[in-house]
Parts: sequence; C-alpha cells; structure tokens
Amino acid sequence: MSLRGETRLWIAQRASAAVLALCVLVHLATIIYAVRGGLTGAEILERTRGNATWLAFYSVFVLAVTVHAPIGLRTVVTEWLGWRGRSRDLTLLGFAMLLAWLGMRAVLGVFA
Amino acid sequence: MTGTLKVLTVSIRRGKSWQAFEVPRRESQTVLDVVTFVQRHLDPTLAYRYACRVGMCGSCAMTVNGAPRWTCRTHVDKVAKDGCLEIAPLRNLPVIRDLVTDMVEFFDKWARARGQFRGERKRGDDFARVAPDSEKRKYAEAGIECIGCGVCYSACDVVAWNPDYLGPAALNRAWTLLNDERDSGQAARLRAVAGDAGCHACHTHMSCTERCPKALSPTAGIAGLKRAVAAAALKGEL
Repeated sequence: MSLRGETRLWIAQRASAAVLALCVLVHLATIIYAVRGGLTGAEILERTRGNATWLAFYSVFVLAVTVHAPIGLRTVVTEWLGWRGRSRDLTLLGFAMLLAWLGMRAVLGVFA
Repeated sequence: MTGTLKVLTVSIRRGKSWQAFEVPRRESQTVLDVVTFVQRHLDPTLAYRYACRVGMCGSCAMTVNGAPRWTCRTHVDKVAKDGCLEIAPLRNLPVIRDLVTDMVEFFDKWARARGQFRGERKRGDDFARVAPDSEKRKYAEAGIECIGCGVCYSACDVVAWNPDYLGPAALNRAWTLLNDERDSGQAARLRAVAGDAGCHACHTHMSCTERCPKALSPTAGIAGLKRAVAAAALKGEL
C-alpha cells in the first residue's frame, strides 16, 4: 500500500472513531432511557419499524464500525502476528464487508 | 549514603545468563560507577560503553532494574533502595557483547526519517532570522536537546512489535527539523515519516516521554508529525 493510502487509513480510523464516540453515547443513552420500564420484543419493533431516523442513525453506526474495526485489526495482526502485505489487506477488506453485511442485515431486519 | 548498607548485590546480563558481583557501596555512586568498578576490579572482560560521564554523549544507556536509563546520571540511591541492581543491555537493539548494543539500526532510522538538515543558504548569504518566540521555534526548542542515547527507543513497545518503526528518537529529530524554517527538505521529510513504519504507528503509550533522561516529549513531537502528515495527505501533497 502507498504512503498516501496508509495515511488515509489512519485518518479514516480517527474520523470513524469520532463518529463512533457520538454513536455509542447516543446508543447507550437510548437503551438506558428506553428500557426503564422494561420492553418486549414487540414494543421494540413497534418503535423501530418504518422509523427513518432510527434507520439513518444505525446505518451510520454500522458504517463507522465497518471502517474503524478492520483498520485497527490491521495494526493488531501486523504487530502481534507479523502478518503484512496484500493477503492481510484483502482479508481485512473481506472482514469489513462481513461487518457491513451483518450490521446492515440486523439494522434492516428490525426496520422493515 | 543512607543506612548501614556497605555492599551492593549486582547482577549483570552476560549473553544468555546473569553474573553476580558484590560491589562496595559508596556515597553519590552512579550505576556507571558500579559497572566501572566491576570491570576494573572484578572482571576485566566485562564489555560496556561510556564516554563523557556527565550526561552529554548518550553512550552509557543500559537497562537498570528493568527500565532503560542513562547510567552516568542515575544514582544508585534512586534505583536500588534494597541494595540490589540488575543491569542489562538496552532492549530493542542487537547486543554486541555484555552491555554493549549495536546502535547502527537506531541511527540508520534517523537517516531514514530525514534527520539531516538540508539548507539552501550559501556562505555569502545573510543569517536566517528566526523569531525566538515563534510557534515553530518553540516546537523545535522543545525537542532539540536529544543526546541520542537510545533510552526512548529501548522503552518503546511499538519498536518491539514492529521492527520497521522509526522510533521516538528519529521521529523527534524529524519533528525538530520540520519546525526549522531554514530547512528545505520538508516534503521529502513528511514522506519519510509517513506510513506504517512512521509516525502513525505510534500508539501514544508515552513510554519514551516517561523514560527520556532529558525530559523531552517525543510523544508530543510524533503527535505533531501525525497532524502534519495527515494535513499533507488531505491536500494531496504526500
């Protein structure tokens, strides 16, 4: 990977961390607020189904995780396993796609 | 000297094993004094390195009771309160013999980080005028007293995990030059300190800053390099 590419990965990870910091706070606050009196599955679905704001927020959340986690993992496997080069980057690209697929599947599952 | 302790128990790393010595305890004794006593009076085959003995040359750094230190300015009082000293070569560097490490890779990384000053002015040109209170001059001032002892490099976990990483000293040097208004090699320097082996590999553990005997903060300099490299990348100048 080029120097510019490696630097952009770093920028992407920091930027996604900033998004995640906000998303995690909102996510935790929502959970704590929403379940104060207890919630059934049906009540959760009643609130999430067709809710565009909820869909937009959690889509951003999933996208930020998709960017953030594989870049961090790239450093971890380099430093701890000595794994470098194209095979590492392609594997982590696959991991990013898996995260995006699983995450969006979950988001759409409770939206639709 | 405190208490009634008369003898120090000293273990010195020699290859794969430790060798024990008993060294007389003296007032205002430094760790380098202890090693020198061992070499001069107990075992003349012990190899170690020093030059100035006053904290200027950066050649006597060793691992003392688990931490990298400059031995000429480290008093035994400070590090061996129980009268025991364990002295080993610096971590993250190949050992030549006993306490002597090979510093070639360490200084090669300074060169790789573009640690050389590149000026454009000629002999006949006027002096460069750098305002002492300018931001860049202050940044350079904060990191310029490095003596190249290798303590920060030895303390750095990222160097241990990623042998290509340039390390705190080389990056600190690059940072001081990046803030030198007279230097003309900045674009090449930014490229040299970018990437997986460069400033962005730093995890900000701050072991370098914790251990630097000159109380410098390579971590702050590396953070400055991260910002400068990221800005250059965003502008398409990298």
